[in-house]
Amino acid sequence: MVSTALHAPAPPLAVPAAPLLSVRSLRKSYGAREILKGISFDLARGETLVLIGPSGSGKTTVLRCLNHLETPSGGEIRLAGESVGGEPGPDGRWRPLGEAALARQRRRFGFVFQRFNLFPHLSALDNVTIGPRRTLGLSRAEAEARAKAQLARVSLAEHMHKRPSQLSGGQQQRVAIARALAMEPELILFDEPTSALDPELVHEVLDVMRGLAREGLTMIVVTHEMRFARQVADRLIVMEDGAIVEEGVPEAIFTDPSDPRTRRFLTHVLDR
Amino acid sequence: MTIDWAVVTMAIPLLAQGALTSLKIAALAGILGLAGGVALGLISLGGPAPARLVVRGYVDFIRGTPLLIQIFIVFFGLPMLGWRPGEFISGVLALSLNSAAYVAEVVRGAVGSVERGQSEAAKSIGMTRGQILVHVLLPQAIRPMTPALTNDLITLVKNTSLLSVISVYELTRSGQAIIASHFVPLEIFALLALYYYVIISCLAYVSRQLERRLPAW
Repeated sequence: MVSTALHAPAPPLAVPAAPLLSVRSLRKSYGAREILKGISFDLARGETLVLIGPSGSGKTTVLRCLNHLETPSGGEIRLAGESVGGEPGPDGRWRPLGEAALARQRRRFGFVFQRFNLFPHLSALDNVTIGPRRTLGLSRAEAEARAKAQLARVSLAEHMHKRPSQLSGGQQQRVAIARALAMEPELILFDEPTSALDPELVHEVLDVMRGLAREGLTMIVVTHEMRFARQVADRLIVMEDGAIVEEGVPEAIFTDPSDPRTRRFLTHVLDR
Repeated sequence: MTIDWAVVTMAIPLLAQGALTSLKIAALAGILGLAGGVALGLISLGGPAPARLVVRGYVDFIRGTPLLIQIFIVFFGLPMLGWRPGEFISGVLALSLNSAAYVAEVVRGAVGSVERGQSEAAKSIGMTRGQILVHVLLPQAIRPMTPALTNDLITLVKNTSLLSVISVYELTRSGQAIIASHFVPLEIFALLALYYYVIISCLAYVSRQLERRLPAW
C-alpha cells in the first residue's frame, strides 16, 4: 500500500550488519598435504550455515579450525571483529594467544562432536554443569539451574541423573548439545552430529537442531543429511577437495546447481 | 635337618613388631609416593616445558639406578645438607622418592591413554590444560591405573627390606638380629618370607576388591 509507505518513516538504508563470524583464506596443511586451500565465508548472527560435500573435502577441518581444535596454517578468523587464536604482531608475524586467552575464546564457540564425547564419569547433569561451573565461574546452584534448563530444552530433564553409558546415542548427542548451549556461546558448530547414530535415532537430534535454528541460534552444521540441509539451512556451502565450490540458498543449489562438481555430488547423495 | 621350633616360636612375636614397622614405612612412603607421583605425572603431562624436562630427568635417574644406592645417597646425603632426620625418616624419604618416579610413569601412561575426544570436548567448553587434567582426564584414569599402582605398592612393601642396610628396625632387620644371636638363618629367613608373603597377599586381595568396586564406564 503506497499510502502507508509514504507515511511510514524512511526505511534504514540496507547496510549489511557486520558478520558475527568472518573467515578469510583459511588454510590447513598436514606436512605437504593441503587439507584446506583457502576458505572464505561470512556468517551473520542468527544464521544457519550448512556445509556439505564429499567425505574428505575438508568440512570437518573447517569447523575444527574455527575454534582452534586444529591450529590453522594460515588465514584469518574473526569472531565479532576479534581475531581468533592470535593476531599478527607489528612485524607481521603471527602471535598465537596464550592458553588462557585461547580457552576464553573457545567458550564463545559451542562444538558438538560426531561421537558426542560426553564425559563418561559424569552424569548428564554434571556434563552440562561442568562448563559453566569451571570455566564461567558460576556457583554450583547457578550452573545447575542453567544446566537443567538446557536439558529440558533438549527434552532430557527426566534423564539428567543418568551416566552417558545409560543413555541412547540420540540422548547422548542431545546432552552434548545441552552442554554446548549451557555455555551460552555466540554460535555452535555441529560436526556431523548424526553420523554416529542408528538411523532411527537421527530424527530426535535433527528435531532439536531444527528447533534451535528456528529460535535463531547461530549455527554451522556439517552434515550428510541432505533433507535436513535443504529444510534448515539459510545458506549452503558445498565443499570439495579443500575448497568451496558453490555457495548459496539451498533451494537454488538443490534445484539448479551451477557447478558440475556440486551436480555430481548431489546426484550421488540424492540417489541413495 | 632339624628345625629349631623353640626359636621359631620365640621369633614370631618379635618379627611381628618388625612387620609393623615395615607396614608403617610402606604406608608413609606409599602415601608420599602416590602424592608426589601424581604431581610429577601431571607435570609431565601438562606442565611447562622446563618442568617437564626436570621430571623426565628425575624419573630416568630413579629408574636407571639401584634403589639400594638411592637409599645410601639419601641416608648419607641429608646430613651433608645439614639435616639429620635419622634412619627411619631417611628410609621413608628414599622409598617415597623412588616410588614417586614409578607412580609418575603410571599416571602419565593412564592419563595419556584417555581418548583424545575427551580433551577436545573439554577444550570446546573453554577448559584450560590444568582443568582438563584434573576434572576430565585424571578421574577417568583412576580405574585403569589401579592394577599398576597395586604392583608399585607391592614392590614398595618388598623394598622396605632394603632399609635394613641403614639399620631401620623393620621386618628383615629384626630377623637378622635374631639370626645374629641364635644362629638359625634358614628358619628365620623362611619365616621372614612367610611374613612378606602374607602381607602382600592381603594387599593384592584388597586391591582386587577395590578394582572390582571402582566404577567402569
